[in-house]
Amino acid sequence: MFAYAVRRILISIPILLIVLTIVFILVRVAPGDPARAILGDYASQEAVDALRKRMGLDKPLWEQYLEFLWGLARGDLGRSLISGVPVAKQVAYALPYTLELTFTGILIGVILGVPLGVYTALKRNRLPDYLGRTLSLAGLSFPSFYLGILLMLLFAVKLRLFPTMGGGTPGDPVDRLRHLFLPALTLGLIMTAYITRMSRSAMLNVLNEDYVRTARAKGLHEAGVVFRHALKNALIPIISVVGVYSVVLIGGSIMVEIVFSRPGLGKLMVGAMMQRDYIALQSIMVIYAGFVIVLNLLTDLSYGLVDPRVRYR
Amino acid sequence: MRPRKTRRIWKGGENTPDSSITPRQRILRTFLKNRTAVIGAVIAVCVAGVAIFSPLIAPYSPVRQNVRYRFQPPQGAHIFGTDFYGRDVFSRVIYGARISLLVGTSSVLLGMVLGTAMGMVAAYRGGRLETLIMRAVDVMMSFPDEVLGIMIMVALGSGLFNLILAIAILMAPRFARLAYGPTLALRERDYVDAARAVGCSDIRVLFRHILPNIFGEVLVMSTLWTATAIRLEANLSFLGLGVSPPTPTWGNMIRTGLDHLTDAWWVSVFPGAAILVTVLAFNMLGDGLRDIADPKLRT
Repeated sequence: MFAYAVRRILISIPILLIVLTIVFILVRVAPGDPARAILGDYASQEAVDALRKRMGLDKPLWEQYLEFLWGLARGDLGRSLISGVPVAKQVAYALPYTLELTFTGILIGVILGVPLGVYTALKRNRLPDYLGRTLSLAGLSFPSFYLGILLMLLFAVKLRLFPTMGGGTPGDPVDRLRHLFLPALTLGLIMTAYITRMSRSAMLNVLNEDYVRTARAKGLHEAGVVFRHALKNALIPIISVVGVYSVVLIGGSIMVEIVFSRPGLGKLMVGAMMQRDYIALQSIMVIYAGFVIVLNLLTDLSYGLVDPRVRYR
Repeated sequence: MRPRKTRRIWKGGENTPDSSITPRQRILRTFLKNRTAVIGAVIAVCVAGVAIFSPLIAPYSPVRQNVRYRFQPPQGAHIFGTDFYGRDVFSRVIYGARISLLVGTSSVLLGMVLGTAMGMVAAYRGGRLETLIMRAVDVMMSFPDEVLGIMIMVALGSGLFNLILAIAILMAPRFARLAYGPTLALRERDYVDAARAVGCSDIRVLFRHILPNIFGEVLVMSTLWTATAIRLEANLSFLGLGVSPPTPTWGNMIRTGLDHLTDAWWVSVFPGAAILVTVLAFNMLGDGLRDIADPKLRT
């Protein structure tokens, strides 16, 4: 399994390289000159040129590209064009906020979604199923930032149970959790909608199988049929859905971080975007790409945990 | 989506072959029996009507400012209240439907044309072109829409046309993957061989013999993906990457309201509800259509 994981990471290097190149090009073709943006419209051309030189923007593109790749290979993400702070440092500060948000969101989604999906599948075409389907359809129509705003209005502004913004003091776990709750719940509820829907249909597929009928025929109690025979076999499609929607959730985390002003990666990226901070922007994109690759790898590895037939070679 | 109690063969529903109705009528009847799809369609048509006739519906100008009436709560003359500049939120929500629907539908259309063509060509031609297109699709689809969307918008710059283009670029890989599989299967069919044997060009085979067979599926999914596109438009304009103010879009209205959420909740909440209703409508319609198109998928 370890060898498989290593090989998977090696295979993803060419993909990462393509992504890096695309990011590099996209960011460079963007309209607007960052030096001009910093100095303002009234700065002299000489001043702008001097700043461009200091930022390394006067070099030919291929040289900038090689510097970018070489820097990444050494773990150096460059320095922010605006603040001069190493991007790696900013990312290191922001990443834990995004990681805890995304993973708590996924966790909430799995904990609520899988049982709900199983339950609605068992109550097919009855009231609980009808309710569950309506709610999950509503859930997956919710833009994450809007759900975040509604939860904030209810729990933070009206009931004053949770803070409205920020990520919490780094050294204080209780404060961190209080700040994490609403954003994570936002993502978690949306994730619940996706997972409920998909585990319901995965369960329905399995419940029609012959071995489920056999299990019932031999007089096994219903719980045994549902959990030992049906759910266990429905887990593979459920896991792949969790994997796919975890990536969707990363996108949602950007929006939620903006709503709750969490100092995470998404906020960092949007800030860099507004300031035309090319260097920061391209590096943050790379971090997201890495995030996605790791998540996909984790999804593939977890198949082996639930299905002994899966072998990693 | 409600329990389908009406589906009884012996009552002579649509399951009984009836030679007096055409296939088109049969599809229409199946559609009308799917309550989810019908409700979704009705709401979507209403939203479209609001977008088209917004000057007639909106009581005030969506852009005229009147700071004396700043942050009026929802009541009387302003049923959705007023915003920071004293603009009527209701009128802005009404006008906001225009951008949402325009961007949602045209980006899906553009993405559909581009993506379906890409997928069909990849499957039909095979070889290096197939690898190139489908790998590119894989890479793009492995990214969260928001990350890729921000990247493309940064490269293109903001504005209505660029927004449509960016979302179309995000939609195209989905259509490519959708068209790819069936084309691969259809390519091996005898009638395609026959068409080629009588001298049809590749373009003709793709357009006249393969496209009609996958178009139903493409159309159904494009309804669902219109919902996705509308949500994406809202996301991007919330981030300030969409159509720039003062033109009202639901996303940028929510963004400006966010700063005053504690004292003027209505500025954000109403446009958000508009997004939710519209996205939900297209999701319901698409879901229902998918059930009709492929009863096996019905869950």
